[in-house]
Amino acid sequence: MTREEALFQFLLRLGDNTLVLGQRVSEWCGHAPVLEEDIALANTALDLIGQTQLWLNLAGEVEGKGRDADKLAFLRDVWDFRNLLLVELPNGDFGRTMMRQFLFDAWQSVLLGRLMNSAEPRVAEIAEKAGKEVAYHVERSSGTVVGLGDGTEESHARMQAALDYLWPYVGEMFAPDEVDEEMARAGIAPDPAGLREEYDALVGRVLDEATLRVPEGRFFHRGGKNGARHTEHLGHMLTQMQWLQRAYPGASW
Amino acid sequence: MYAQMIRTASTGVKPREEMTPEERRFQDRIDAGEKIEPKDWMPDDYRATLIRQIGQHAHSEVVGQLPEGNWITRAPTLERKAILLAKVQDEAGHGLYLYSAAETLGVSRDELIELLHEGRMKYSSIFNYPTLNWADIGAVGWLVDGAAIVNQVALQRTSYGPYSRAMIRICKEESFHARQGYSIMMAMAFGTPEQKRMAQDAVDRLWYPALMMFGPPDKDSVHTAQSMAWKIKVATNDELRQKFVNQTIPQMEYLGLKCPDPDLKWNEEKQGYDFTEPDWDEFFDVIKGNGPCNVDRMNDRVKAWEKGAWVRDALLAHARKKAAPAAAE
Repeated sequence: MTREEALFQFLLRLGDNTLVLGQRVSEWCGHAPVLEEDIALANTALDLIGQTQLWLNLAGEVEGKGRDADKLAFLRDVWDFRNLLLVELPNGDFGRTMMRQFLFDAWQSVLLGRLMNSAEPRVAEIAEKAGKEVAYHVERSSGTVVGLGDGTEESHARMQAALDYLWPYVGEMFAPDEVDEEMARAGIAPDPAGLREEYDALVGRVLDEATLRVPEGRFFHRGGKNGARHTEHLGHMLTQMQWLQRAYPGASW
Repeated sequence: MYAQMIRTASTGVKPREEMTPEERRFQDRIDAGEKIEPKDWMPDDYRATLIRQIGQHAHSEVVGQLPEGNWITRAPTLERKAILLAKVQDEAGHGLYLYSAAETLGVSRDELIELLHEGRMKYSSIFNYPTLNWADIGAVGWLVDGAAIVNQVALQRTSYGPYSRAMIRICKEESFHARQGYSIMMAMAFGTPEQKRMAQDAVDRLWYPALMMFGPPDKDSVHTAQSMAWKIKVATNDELRQKFVNQTIPQMEYLGLKCPDPDLKWNEEKQGYDFTEPDWDEFFDVIKGNGPCNVDRMNDRVKAWEKGAWVRDALLAHARKKAAPAAAE
């Protein structure tokens, strides 16, 4: 794998994470528990879609085959998506949506913090911009996780169930492969395993305040970031998201 | 927009000689163009009418998220998706300012939501129509928000201060919504034959429902006189509808789309278009709950509210726990 190929894969991972999560979060539109949350969810989805445009446009540029962010988002099939399995999981109830958001935001904030010092200036520039948004995302999602974890008996039980369900999808964030090794060698991105300590500290602090218990066990699902085995859910999401582009090829919208 | 058929909480305009001294002073302030503020004295009927109007307007913003949300997950490009998300977020924000404006009149947001869910308050009839193809999202911005702007620009001059100020702010965002809608319509109308067909289909279905947004004809609007005397309403339904048609038809012609009204024609004498009125029987059916989407829209909202109860309870319980030690000190 050349450095350019690895960089392309790495950028797809960043862009696909924000695309797939943004798409999931936008499914809430008009259905949130309270109007303020409708606004906040739409705002989060909007930020994530904006970040997607930046990452995937850069990916297309690096690939050099004339694909822009839209072509990458709307005209790839499941096996070419490089997002973490975590973000493609269905929304579940509001508690699970916010727990997934928090587990992702915490990781993204740690990662972007490192990417701001990337040896690849275009990566550093996007990380700088997205980092401001993500700092707010993690503040909001951690506040909600604390409020719901340490709220009522029912909300506590729901949040613990959400954490138990989602936790086996966290490990994939930190599992390095040859793309990551190449990025680390080039000083473009950190070794993912090196983010774990900071992540655990941040997540541990919030979950502790939320009176939630981190599940035991080191097992984790993998197959999203290298596209080897996505969940069954991603295909359904893509059929909806890509429908117009697939049904009316070549049109401009 | 989005207040129609607001029943004024009084019968007819009260003649000056029947007014109490307070009512006379109030009417003098209105006539002098002063704004009424929350702590000022106001007639009970003025307050009740405003609560109905602002409440209905707020509900419309909230329910209005649904037909657009129907397409967010299918928006054809990332940019269109982002713009639509921004727009829907604005609308939820408008709902928030409007509920706050209603709260200054002594009614809580939860009370208004309960009235909506019990079917005792309405939202605009337009949101009971479905969004069936992507051009509908363009048409909603262009026609529906366009109609809303015509009404809301007038309402910037309304007599109640908080409502008037909310309208000024909302109008700024609405004009962005109408522009993005028209931008979608241009892409569709000048696009492939299939896209053009979508654009025409959207206009065919949404033209008359957009005209209905201004409410029934003046001759059948029994509540207009007192609301106009109080400057809760500042232009009649027919005046606003005419204004909307006049500004929209040239835009439709530019797009090369056909207005579904075969009798539409320019009237040189009145310097406006003559046009066919919408089917008012259909309008009253929709208002009564028989529109194509009434039941689904309300089910969606009620379900969201009920499924969210545990979240609201939890966040309140958490806030109380956090406040308790502080209060004990």
